[in-house]
Amino acid sequence: MALKMVKGSIDRMFDKNLQDLVRGIRNHKEDEAKYISQCIDEIKQELKQDNIAVKANAVCKLTYLQMLGYDISWAAFNIIEVMSASKFTFKRIGYLAASQCFHEGTDVIMLTTNQIRKDLSSPSQYDTGVALTGLSCFVTPDLARDLANDIMTLMSHTKPYIRKKAVLIMYKVFLRCPEALRPAFPRLKEKLEDPDPGVQSAAVNVICELARRNPKNYLSLAPLFFKLMTSSTNNWVLIKIIKLFGALTPLEPRLGKKLIEPLTNLIHSTSAMSLLYECVNTVIAVLISLSSGMPNHSASIQLCVQKLRILIEDSDQNLKYLGLLAMSKILRTHPKSVQAHKDLVLQCLDDKDESIRLRALDLLYGMVSKKNLVEIVRKLMSHVDKAEGTAYRDELLTKIIDICSQCNYQHVTNFQWYVSVLVELTQLEGTRHGHLLAAQMLDVAIRVKAIRKFAVAQMSALLDSAHLGAGGPQRNGICEVLYAAAWICGEFSEHLQEPQQTLEAMLRPKVTTLPGHIQAVYVQNVVKLYACILQQKEQAAEPEAAQDVTQLMVERLPQFVQSADLEVQERASCVLQLAKHIQKLQAKGVPVAEEVSALFAGELNPVAPKAQKKVPVPEGLDLDAWINEPPSDSESEDEKPKAIFHDEEPRHAKPRPPEAEEEELARRREARKQEQANNPFYIKSSPSPQKRYQDMPGVEHIPVVQIDLSVPLKVPGMPVSDQYVKLEEERKHRQRLEKDRRRKKKKDKDQKGRPRRHSMLHTESDEDVAPAQRVDIVTEEMPENALPSDEDDKDPNDPYRALDVDLDKPLADSEKLPVQKHRNAETTKSPEKEDVPVVEKKMKKPRKKEKKHREKERGKKEKGKEEKEGEDLDFWLSTAPLPAEAPAPEEPGVDAVIAAAKEEGEEPRGAGQGDEDGAEDAERNPEQKSSKHKKKKHKKEKEERTKDKKKPKKQQPPAHVQLLPPRRELLH
Amino acid sequence: MIKAILIFNNHGKPRVSKFYQPYSEDTRQQIIRETFHLVSKRDENVCNFLGGLLIGGSDNKLIYRHYATLYFVFCVDSSESELAILDLMQVFVETLDKCFENVCELDLISHVDKVHNILAEMVMGGMVLETNMNEIVTQIDAQNKLEKSEAGLAGAPAHRDAYIFSN
Repeated sequence: MALKMVKGSIDRMFDKNLQDLVRGIRNHKEDEAKYISQCIDEIKQELKQDNIAVKANAVCKLTYLQMLGYDISWAAFNIIEVMSASKFTFKRIGYLAASQCFHEGTDVIMLTTNQIRKDLSSPSQYDTGVALTGLSCFVTPDLARDLANDIMTLMSHTKPYIRKKAVLIMYKVFLRCPEALRPAFPRLKEKLEDPDPGVQSAAVNVICELARRNPKNYLSLAPLFFKLMTSSTNNWVLIKIIKLFGALTPLEPRLGKKLIEPLTNLIHSTSAMSLLYECVNTVIAVLISLSSGMPNHSASIQLCVQKLRILIEDSDQNLKYLGLLAMSKILRTHPKSVQAHKDLVLQCLDDKDESIRLRALDLLYGMVSKKNLVEIVRKLMSHVDKAEGTAYRDELLTKIIDICSQCNYQHVTNFQWYVSVLVELTQLEGTRHGHLLAAQMLDVAIRVKAIRKFAVAQMSALLDSAHLGAGGPQRNGICEVLYAAAWICGEFSEHLQEPQQTLEAMLRPKVTTLPGHIQAVYVQNVVKLYACILQQKEQAAEPEAAQDVTQLMVERLPQFVQSADLEVQERASCVLQLAKHIQKLQAKGVPVAEEVSALFAGELNPVAPKAQKKVPVPEGLDLDAWINEPPSDSESEDEKPKAIFHDEEPRHAKPRPPEAEEEELARRREARKQEQANNPFYIKSSPSPQKRYQDMPGVEHIPVVQIDLSVPLKVPGMPVSDQYVKLEEERKHRQRLEKDRRRKKKKDKDQKGRPRRHSMLHTESDEDVAPAQRVDIVTEEMPENALPSDEDDKDPNDPYRALDVDLDKPLADSEKLPVQKHRNAETTKSPEKEDVPVVEKKMKKPRKKEKKHREKERGKKEKGKEEKEGEDLDFWLSTAPLPAEAPAPEEPGVDAVIAAAKEEGEEPRGAGQGDEDGAEDAERNPEQKSSKHKKKKHKKEKEERTKDKKKPKKQQPPAHVQLLPPRRELLH
Repeated sequence: MIKAILIFNNHGKPRVSKFYQPYSEDTRQQIIRETFHLVSKRDENVCNFLGGLLIGGSDNKLIYRHYATLYFVFCVDSSESELAILDLMQVFVETLDKCFENVCELDLISHVDKVHNILAEMVMGGMVLETNMNEIVTQIDAQNKLEKSEAGLAGAPAHRDAYIFSN
C-alpha cells in the first residue's frame, strides 16, 4: 500500500501540468494534433490513478484541450470525481471542467445531484460559490427541480457572496424548472431590497431577464422598481431598471407618464454616457407608447434628439453608432424631429466606419421627402461610384431603391428621374442586385402609365447597348435588368420610336449567351414587337417592309430553337412556326397584322401578390375532398390512371373479377405492361381527357367556374381601399367578359368573333380611366388570420413561455418546492430509477385531495387579488410622480406570505419530516401546519380570513365595477 | 444575457472561451472562427459593436475590444447595454492586470484556469455578478489563499509551476 503510494507520487513527478501541456503544444507546432493525442493518452492514464491530485491535474489539462476543440465528454465521470474532492483546489477544477463541457445530454450529470447539494450546504462559502457557479452553466431540468429548494434557502444566506450567486442562479433554475418560479418569487422580490448592493443588483438582473420575456406579469413591481430607480446610485442597477421600464411602458402608458420626469432628471444629471444613453432609449420607448396628445411631448423629444446629436457628434465611434441607432427609433414615430438633423446624418454617410455608414443609411430612409429625395439620392449615387466592388455598394443600391419606392413611391414626384436613376444603376458591374433593379423597372413601367413612353425609350436603349450582355451571366448579375427591359419594350411596344431597331437588337446572336429565363422573355416579346411592327407597316401600306420583318424573324429565331433551355426552345419553336405561317399568308397578300396583335390584346393589371390566396373558398366546396374515389392502398401505381378512365375501357376493367388471384393479377399486369410497351400508339389510342370532359353533360357546373362567377372577390372584414375595390371590379369584369367570350366562341365557332373582341376591348379601356402618373396601389394584404407577428412571437419551443405565470396569485400547496430532507432520503435510496415518478406522485397527491377546495378558494382569492392589485398599481400610477408619497406599493397579500415565510424559515427545517405533505407545507405557507387535520381546518379559516380581509378593505363590495370608470379617465 | 465571452489572439487562436448557452463542440469552434473573421477585418478606429447574423439570431450583438495581441469579445443579447458591457470588459481586463501583474497573452495561455476563476466572479451563467473590481480581487485573493493553505498540506502538482514558470 505504502509502496503504491510512493510509486504514485514518483509517477506524478513526471506528469505534465497545464503549463507543460501549453508549452508542449507551442513547441510542437508542426505536429500539434499528434502531440495532443499523445497527451490525451497520458491523461487517460492519469485518470486511472487513485490520487485525486493527479486526476484533478488531468482534468485541468482536459479543460484546456476542450477549448481547443477536443471532445472531452468521455471524461465526464472523472470530472465528477474531481468535483467531489474534498479540497477546494480540486473541486474548483472539477466544477470548471463540468461547466465547460456538461450539457443536458450528459448522462452522468444525474449522479451529481447529491454532491452538488452537499457542496451547496458546505460551511465554506467558496465551496458553495464554486458549486453555484458551476451549476449555473450546466443545470438541467432534473437538477433544477431537485435543487431549487436548496438554492432558495441560500438566497437568505448570511453571506452576501452566497446570496448574490444564489439569486442569480435562480434565473437558470426558473428556465429549466418553471414550477419553481411562483414559490421562489416572493423571496426574489424581497432581495430587490437587500442591504448588499451586489445582491440587490443580482435580483434586479434576474427580474429584468424574467420581465423582458413576459413583461405583463411584472407590471405590479413597477412601483418598487421606480423607488429603486430614484434611490439607487449604482449605474449598473439603474441601467437594468431603466431598460426594464422600456419593456414595461408599452403595456401601461400611465407608467410612461410617470417615468418621463425622473428620466429627464437623470439625463440632465448623469455623467455616465451609458446611463444617459439608456435613459434616452427608454424615454423614446415611453414616447412611442404614449398616444399623441401629450402636451409636453415635444420637449422630451427635443431633449432626446439634442442629446443624441451630442452623441453622434462625439469623436468616439461607439457613441456615434449608438446615437444613430437610437435616432432611428425616434424616426419611426417622430420623423420631423429627426429630419432637422439631416446634415448630421449625411455627414455620417462619409464616415470611414462602415457600421456607422450603414446606420446612417437606415436613418436616411425616414428622412426623405418630396423636396429632398433627388438631392439625397444624388449623394448616395456619388457614394455608389466610390464604393466600387464592395458589399457596402450593394447595400447602397438596395437602400436607394428602398428609399425611392417606400410607401408606393410617395416621395417620387418625377418618375422620369427615377427611371433614369435605375438605368444609371445598371452601369454597376458585379452587383448582386440586378433582379432588384429589374423588379423596380417592371413595377414602375406597369404601374405608372404616364411613364411608359419614357421607360420604353430607356429600355430599348438598354437593349441596344452592348455592355449588359457582356461578361457572361455568371459574373454579371446585372444582366437581370434585360429581363425587365425586354418585357417592357415588348409589352408597351406601341410607345417605341424605332421598333425595328429594338427587334433587331433582341434578335442578336449575342442574346443566346444570356441566362435561359431572360432569353425566354426575349423570345416572347420579340413576337409582341413583331406584331406591333406588322401593324405599323400594314397601316402605312408597306407590304415589302412587313415581309422583311417576317424574314428577319424566320432567319434569326432558329438560334433560339437550338437553345439548351427548354422554355426558350419551346417558345422559339412555336414562334418560328407562327412566323413561317405568316410568311406564307403574306406571300398571298393577306393582311395579318390584326390577327397577330390579337394574340396580345388586353391590358395587364397589377395584382396584389397574395390576391390568389384571398379568394375565399365558396361554400360547399371542400378542396380536400376526393373528386374521384380514392384509390385503395392495395392498388399499385400503374393501375391508378386506369381507375380514372374506368368507363373508357370497360372490356379491360369490368370483366376482371375483383377477387382475382394475386398471381393472376400480377401476370395480367405484366402482360398489359408488355403490350403497352410494345404499342407505340398506346397513348393516342385512348381518347384524350379534354375531349371527354367537353362531351360530358353539365360542364357549366364544375366548381371551378363557379368560383369566378358567384363569389365577390373580397374578403369579408378586410379594410379595402378604393383602389383595391376598383382593381377587383376590373378584374371581375374582365373575367366575366372572358367567360362570355369563351361561351360565345363555343357557340358560334365559325365567326371567331373579331368584331366581338374589339367591342370587348373597348369596354375595358373605357373603364381604365386613370389619371396621368397615377401609381396603381397594390394593396399588400396579409392572408386571413395571419398577423405579421402572430406566430413568430409564440414559438412553441420558447423556453420563456413556461415562465409566463401569474406571480401575484397566492401559492397553492401543490406548487411548493420539493423539500430537501424528504427528497434527499429518496434520492439516496435509488437516485436513478425512482426520481421522476416519486416527484409526480408527490405532486399529485395533495392535488387530488384538495382539488375542489383549492379551486373554489383560488377563484375567490384571485378575484380579490386582482382587485387589490389593480387598485394599488392604479393608485400608484395616478399619484403625482413623487415616489416617497406613494403608499407601500407591494401587495399586502404577498407581503404577508413573505413575512410568514421568514418566521417559518427560522424553524428547524425537518419539523415536518414525518409527514410528507406537512413537510412541504411547512416550507412556505404560514397558514398551514403539518397536520392534515389542521390543514383542512386552517383552509376554512383562511377562506374566511380572506373574505374578511376583502370586506373591510373594500368598503363597497362591487367596488370593482364602480372603480372602473375613473380608472379609465386616468388613462388620458 | 451574455451568451459567450471569447478571447482570441490576432491570429484567431482561442485563448479563453466561455459559452453560457449550450452549443455543441463543433458549433463553438465555428462561432470562434466566425467571430474572429468578423472582428479581425475591422479597422482599429471603428466602433466596437457588431450586429446581425451571429449566434442565435438577430437579437444578439458582438461587443469587442482589441488589446495589444488579444481580442476580447462579448456576445450579448438586447437586454445588455452596449456601453455597460464595454465597461465590464474594462473591469475584466483591469482585474486580470491586477491579478497577473501586467497581464500579457502568455499569462492567459498558461493560466487559463485562473482566468476562468476570475471570470466566474464577474459573470455567472451569462449574467453580470459583480462589477466592483476590488470586490472581485478580494474574492480571488481569498480563494487563492485557501488554495495555498490546502497545498501546504500535500504539495499538489498544480502548484509545482509557481516557481518554474515565470511571466
